[in-house]
Amino acid sequence: MQPTNDQDPNYFHQVVDCQWACPAHTDVPGYIRLIAQGRFDDAYLLNRESNVFPGILGRVCDRPCEPACRRTRVDGNPVAICRLKRVASDLKGDIAASLPTAPEVKNGKRVALVGAGPASLTVANDLVPLGYDVTIFEKYDKAGGLMRVNIPEFRLPTEVLDAETQAIIDMGATIHYNSPVDSMRELLDQDFDAIFVGVGAPKGKELELPGRHDDADAHIHIGIEWLKSVAFGHIESIGERVLIIGVGNTAMDCCRTSRRIGGVDVKVMARRPREYFKASPWELDDAEEESIEITVNHSPQRFVIDEGKLVGMEFDVVEWDEGARHSRVRETVVIPCDDVILAIGQENAFDWIERDLGIEFGEWETPVLDEVTLQSTLPHVFFGGDAAFGPKNIIWAVAHAHQAAISIDQFCRGEDVAQRPPLGMTLASQKMGMTEWSYHNEYNPSPRQQMHHVELTQRFAALDLEVELGFDAEQTAREVQRCLNCDVQTAFKAHLCIECDACIDICPVRCLTITTNGDEADLRTRLNAPAVNAEQAIYVSAPLPQTGRVMVKDENVCVHCGLCAQRCPTAAWDMEKFELDIPYAGQYDILGKSRTDTILSRS
Amino acid sequence: MSSPTKPLIPLAVLPKNELGLTVRDYEGAMSTLCAGCGHDSVTAAITQMFFELSLPPRDIAKLSGIGCSSKTPTYFVRGAHGFNSAHGRMATIATGANAANRELTYIGISGDGDSLSIGIGHLAHLMRRNVNMVYVLENNGVYGLTKGQFSASADIGSRSKRGVPNVVAPIDPIMLGLSMGATFLARSFSGDKAQLIPLLKAAVAHQGLALIDVISPCVTFNDHEGSTKSYRFMREHEVKEIETDFVPWQQEISMPHQKDDAREVIMHDGSAVRFRSVPEGYDPHDRQKVEEYIRERHDRGEIATGLLYVNENSSDVHEMNNTPEIALAKVPFAKLCPGSSALAKLQEDFR
Repeated sequence: MQPTNDQDPNYFHQVVDCQWACPAHTDVPGYIRLIAQGRFDDAYLLNRESNVFPGILGRVCDRPCEPACRRTRVDGNPVAICRLKRVASDLKGDIAASLPTAPEVKNGKRVALVGAGPASLTVANDLVPLGYDVTIFEKYDKAGGLMRVNIPEFRLPTEVLDAETQAIIDMGATIHYNSPVDSMRELLDQDFDAIFVGVGAPKGKELELPGRHDDADAHIHIGIEWLKSVAFGHIESIGERVLIIGVGNTAMDCCRTSRRIGGVDVKVMARRPREYFKASPWELDDAEEESIEITVNHSPQRFVIDEGKLVGMEFDVVEWDEGARHSRVRETVVIPCDDVILAIGQENAFDWIERDLGIEFGEWETPVLDEVTLQSTLPHVFFGGDAAFGPKNIIWAVAHAHQAAISIDQFCRGEDVAQRPPLGMTLASQKMGMTEWSYHNEYNPSPRQQMHHVELTQRFAALDLEVELGFDAEQTAREVQRCLNCDVQTAFKAHLCIECDACIDICPVRCLTITTNGDEADLRTRLNAPAVNAEQAIYVSAPLPQTGRVMVKDENVCVHCGLCAQRCPTAAWDMEKFELDIPYAGQYDILGKSRTDTILSRS
Repeated sequence: MSSPTKPLIPLAVLPKNELGLTVRDYEGAMSTLCAGCGHDSVTAAITQMFFELSLPPRDIAKLSGIGCSSKTPTYFVRGAHGFNSAHGRMATIATGANAANRELTYIGISGDGDSLSIGIGHLAHLMRRNVNMVYVLENNGVYGLTKGQFSASADIGSRSKRGVPNVVAPIDPIMLGLSMGATFLARSFSGDKAQLIPLLKAAVAHQGLALIDVISPCVTFNDHEGSTKSYRFMREHEVKEIETDFVPWQQEISMPHQKDDAREVIMHDGSAVRFRSVPEGYDPHDRQKVEEYIRERHDRGEIATGLLYVNENSSDVHEMNNTPEIALAKVPFAKLCPGSSALAKLQEDFR
């Protein structure tokens, strides 16, 4: 193999599994260390730099970081990254003074944002401090988008949502509430320099089955519409027996909300077996804890209406083949119910964008976009979040919006939008002494800490009673030490190596080998412990000075304990902290020169 | 944070041996030697060797004297018996221990100071008596523990860290062994586990004293330009013409016998040492030829490594002394110590 180029930021970035998996590339180990030091404000601000909504995401993020976490491959359970994020948010002080604000002198460019959800707010967050005149058009009387209308308060308290959305508006954005944009043509006529569409995917999918539009349709609800009505207080009760059709995260919110406003016998009906569910495993667990029954292999057939009243729903009970591609009907059953909530997905609604404006749409009625720049076919119109590529999640919306903000900034400056500012990195040795490192390098065997919930007997008293209590001090202290500090990298300098084997002998996971070079497939089999996880890179050094062999490291289960560097007599191995410099709008010009210093200097 | 211990990682992939143990079960305490010390590699090789041989830790006895090398038994097989003796006296303690309990596998770890200076007399007699044990001599040419003075194995002309050349002739433990009647003499290099581990296995299988002289660089005081026991010097001057494989007894049955020119020595336990390549005319049984070969290599500035000499047709200390088959430690007390009347009778015989 060719020697690994560890000067490419993306090599070490991939080693930080959580950061790599996060669409916004949040510096997870960095903020976990700050929490460990009790620096909650700094932890929050570091978080906020990339993900903008730490308090919200610390509760309801989809957590792509956690399945990726190296700790899973070490002891079976990931670090509770999301919960730790919430700790930083809950314990922070007043950070208002640390947030950027709009400059006195504006740059004269006007940007319109459609919708005040996570995507648009992130664009505002990035552009307002640069001097843009940002105007947000929101159809409801509050900001937050799906975070407000689709996520129930017992998972995301209103105060947290209000604080984080208002912080951005307070930077100096103009927001028009109760102002849905009904016509893109009219918006274009207002001569904004750029327009960002962040309207999400607000339309719940319909399930056209016999009986759907008969007399009883007042008892058949579309999941996200229903959640919105509950959030605004238009719906305050539901029947005792409720069936939820669909098994995604919206279904989980629907069933748990039902339990709180009158539902007693609440069932979630799934067509396929459990391993094919879309809902996050922890959301399924939380629902089941609240005595919600999840029924598999039931395919809905028709609504059973008796004398104008919904009395049940008919299902085919099916049997699936391997891989759950084809099913066979075993029997047909009717399950009695008072209400049915359809939570089978959501889709975009772009009926307000006229099709003769130059904004092209693809076959699924989604806009034709450049995947990197998020620019539409009308050059000054950009899309982001669920509005861009269909329903994803909040953290993806934030990630899109950062990119769209870069695009809008470059577009307004007259720069080439396709020329993206480069990723940068810094590597800094963490050596403090013969056997001392500036990070906590000792492996801590603590198990993953379990979140405490409000007692079931009290939980349903109020719709806005937050179920998760957050980590206490002791849980936090344990959980932060489970982080393996994957950003403190094992950096190797081949020319210093004397091939004494000290690193190889000490490595607790046998991830190091000195051997003759070969192609990757061959090398992977010849290591001290064969590198079987093909998703994880193997590092290959330049030829070593004494024998011409190479040092090979399997990144897969390295616990970053630093023993290799500690045992190295020539400092060929060193533990170096990797910091990914992610470009945000206005910080770099297209040649990669920094325009401003990073918001927060870390340690 | 301070130096952590080597952590046990729950999901790390660790193969198991016949006893169901992993290599981690054959480790000891964390080494406190200098980072990069050759001795730590020897420790790792010994750990791996015992793991691969599937020896129960309780059947192993590890002994040492004084010195950097003599600290190392602490760093492997924490479940084994152990004895840390006075300087240079490991050989005597090992002789006594072996006399009392012949059923253990003995491994002694010593250094060039412990063995070739203060302990050379004891080593000589250990070889004469052919005590059944593995004797690993971690040879770095300096007294590392007292800041790098030349030891008795330093070559003439080899320079100290301050640049002063050595002028006193070295003692070569292999040559010493040849003249003392040793029955298994090997040399290796701490930086070459592929060679060292089979040699260690063969040494365990050998019935009698098996001496392995392991060049093990002192990374702090003897790893510089001008040293003849540095990592770089060894890599440039090591000659591995005599390559050996160790074939365990169980494997030997199932393996078809190879009809090549490989020379094979069958050990007492049925295992075999197979010489993969030997120089023309070399005979590892012929003491005189071996001596000539080593001398010739040495004069060319080269270091011959591998299993240099072996004699499997010799008697070990127990055979020479006609001791019981079972360990003396297991002989019933009444038989070992038959009482005052038996003593009186014995004394009567001498009157």
